Amino acid sequence: MTTNYETREHDVLIIGAGGAGLRAAIEALAQGASVGVVCKSLLGKAHTVMAEGGIAAAMANVDAADNWKTHFRDTMRGGKFLNNWRMAQLHAQEAPERVRELEQWGALFDRTETGDILQRAFGGHTFKRLCHVGDRTGLEMIRTLQDRGVQQGFDVFMECTVTRLLTDGKRITGAFAYWRESGRFIVFKAKSVVIATGGIGKAWRVTSNSWEYTADGMALAYEAGAELMDMEFVQFHPTGMVWPPGVQGLLVTEAVRGEGGILRNKNGERFMEKYDPKRLELSTRDVVARSIYTEVKEGRGTEHGGAFLDISHKPADYVKKKLPSMYHQFKELADVDITKGPMEVGPTCHYMMGGIRVEAETAQSTVPGLFAAGEAAAGLHGSNRLGGNSLSDLLVFGRRAGLAAAAHAKSVSHALVNTAQIDAAEKELLAPFANTGGESPYAVHRDLQEVMQNLVGIYRTEQDLMKSLVELEKLSARATKTGVEGTRMFNPGWHLTRELKSMLLISEAVARAALARKESRGAHSRIDYPNLDDASWGKKNNIIVQDGSTMTRRESPVPEMPADLREIVAQE
Amino acid sequence: MAETTFRVFRGDASGGQTVDYQVPVAPGMVVLDALHYIQGHLAPDLAVRWNCKAGKCGSCSAEVNGRPRLTCKTRMDVLPKDEPVTVVPMRAFPIIKDLVTDVSWNYAVNRKIPPFQPKPDVEWKISQMDVDRVQEFRKCIECFLCQNVCHVLRDHHKKETFGGPRFFVRVAGLEMHPLDGANRAPLLKNELGIGLCNITKCCTEVCPEDIHITDNAIIPLKERVVDQFYDPFTMVVRKIFGAK
Repeated sequence: MTTNYETREHDVLIIGAGGAGLRAAIEALAQGASVGVVCKSLLGKAHTVMAEGGIAAAMANVDAADNWKTHFRDTMRGGKFLNNWRMAQLHAQEAPERVRELEQWGALFDRTETGDILQRAFGGHTFKRLCHVGDRTGLEMIRTLQDRGVQQGFDVFMECTVTRLLTDGKRITGAFAYWRESGRFIVFKAKSVVIATGGIGKAWRVTSNSWEYTADGMALAYEAGAELMDMEFVQFHPTGMVWPPGVQGLLVTEAVRGEGGILRNKNGERFMEKYDPKRLELSTRDVVARSIYTEVKEGRGTEHGGAFLDISHKPADYVKKKLPSMYHQFKELADVDITKGPMEVGPTCHYMMGGIRVEAETAQSTVPGLFAAGEAAAGLHGSNRLGGNSLSDLLVFGRRAGLAAAAHAKSVSHALVNTAQIDAAEKELLAPFANTGGESPYAVHRDLQEVMQNLVGIYRTEQDLMKSLVELEKLSARATKTGVEGTRMFNPGWHLTRELKSMLLISEAVARAALARKESRGAHSRIDYPNLDDASWGKKNNIIVQDGSTMTRRESPVPEMPADLREIVAQE
Repeated sequence: MAETTFRVFRGDASGGQTVDYQVPVAPGMVVLDALHYIQGHLAPDLAVRWNCKAGKCGSCSAEVNGRPRLTCKTRMDVLPKDEPVTVVPMRAFPIIKDLVTDVSWNYAVNRKIPPFQPKPDVEWKISQMDVDRVQEFRKCIECFLCQNVCHVLRDHHKKETFGGPRFFVRVAGLEMHPLDGANRAPLLKNELGIGLCNITKCCTEVCPEDIHITDNAIIPLKERVVDQFYDPFTMVVRKIFGAK
């Protein structure tokens, strides 16, 4: 089969135009590389835009005692020591500089009285650390990066989806993609590829993630032979909207709690006093999510199955100024005035701690020339991410990935692309058109979301996880038989057939890793193994990798921290 | 469960028409929920743009019952009951398919705008009051609804010579950045054609972020252009000593 396709050539190809992808692109350009950025949506619409609370960076503008060591310690403790220590160290050390750089590129943050960047409190952070602009920090960040990149001259391929990485033996040579608008194919020749495609939230029914979050990048990397790590750790954000039904799962920023919001059950009890009396509402996300879940499960939930989150004790003007988008979101979508009464909230699938295993300094995966940054990569957050550590992750490791990808591109020449791989990718994409009368991919997607929601959710058991694997296999069989109505022109049903494949593959990786880890740690909670088991599992990461066409799991030791960092972590 | 008829445009550049779909209505439902229902159950190839579903990304713009709106923020209970809901694409942009339009022109305009340029030897101290003033412009989510209703673009098709409200907002966000040192008045006058705006405020009316586009962005920018290019004293000086 040879359908026509256009061909483009770049030193560095970046897949994904959120914070990590854009920061990588800017850095690769600065190194003199030619850069292409491919994204599934329009530029500036990536999920980073939704980030509300802020960027964690130990700038010590508000709490003078803050420093990278404390940020490092908070991050390691939050991740229950499964983090890659070197990533956590680099992240804590470099985040302040990355924030200052954003400011120099035109981003505006809220200020302290002395005119410095203001920082707010957030769960798990010892000090007030999150640089923010009201509750729309992500928008400010993405506009700044987007305009910087465009001015510096990267090529953007909007509404374009990569479905396969091209390789030459083990090395990356490019990527195969299609234009969403026309359905036509495009081949990118590249010396380095950076994956910055985010996570897999759309595999769950109650999720804060958009349609884009279908694990594409993780699936691409896995299929190209890269290792995935920590896939059992899926973060459920404690506070998503629960009512009305159409907005279920929509994010309610942690900044509400950072600004003093209080959680109560239907009896008016401040239940966090029971679960984490010291940190209360500003405990880590895994703890707060489980606490709300438990309150609801034990019959103390609100009418619509959530908890009350109340900020109305603060002056109305203050709430509107510090949480403007939350104010509008509840007013317009739920008829609730948050300056007058409480919100109803419950856990929502939010973030993937696991992902492509990368080397700390360079963000390179186990496949030469293939890099990953942001949510698509694993390591920094260990078993649980602290709020605010994501935006800083995007900046720190986006930059590092761009730097290393450009350096790698200088060291190699363009390889010939493998036409057999292109033929296979074309064939795979077009197959659903031949399934006349086949099932709608939307039906399979809905069932996948139920399986992940019910069997691979906040609390897990061996029985459920075993069952999920059986169900996933059935769904995969159904997915191969899904059909497409209409033509190749901007056809979301057709697009979903491919995304479904990525979601199913990576959902299986999640279930397998979750089944293996017989303990509860961070975001991974096993009812049948409710405790931390440091002796058996405290020093092991689960690795998922393809062996032939079989998904296999093995364990890899958590890298040993040097003595000076061990000392930092041990301090009170 | 009650049902509502959705009359949704189906077609592409070669033409098309609205098609009726029956959609069950749930409490608190928004128009985008209905479009998703149609995709999921009735027409899987219905082309719709969306991302955040929370009014933060500006992807899901369309014209609902003739009014430009974000479909994710348009509640069913604000629309007339027992009447079909009509959803058609934004009219000011070329149609690609169904509700998806070609908005690439906006990205081309954006590229013309000189980026933030810090004043030389700037000290990075900013007062919150200065941040608050500019925030209004920087909260724009690029839904392009203002561009869609602007008659200079929608009816007079001046895309070659006019930048449109969105980009006046963007320029305002840069020009009023307390530490910015660039001068974008020549750009506003020449390439973005700000003089063509006759302040009918249609853009302000449709802005889902409640940005006072006309009063707070366009009029002050027009004043900047006037100060630089049409100040009578400077004009006389220029006449005598030649243009500078």
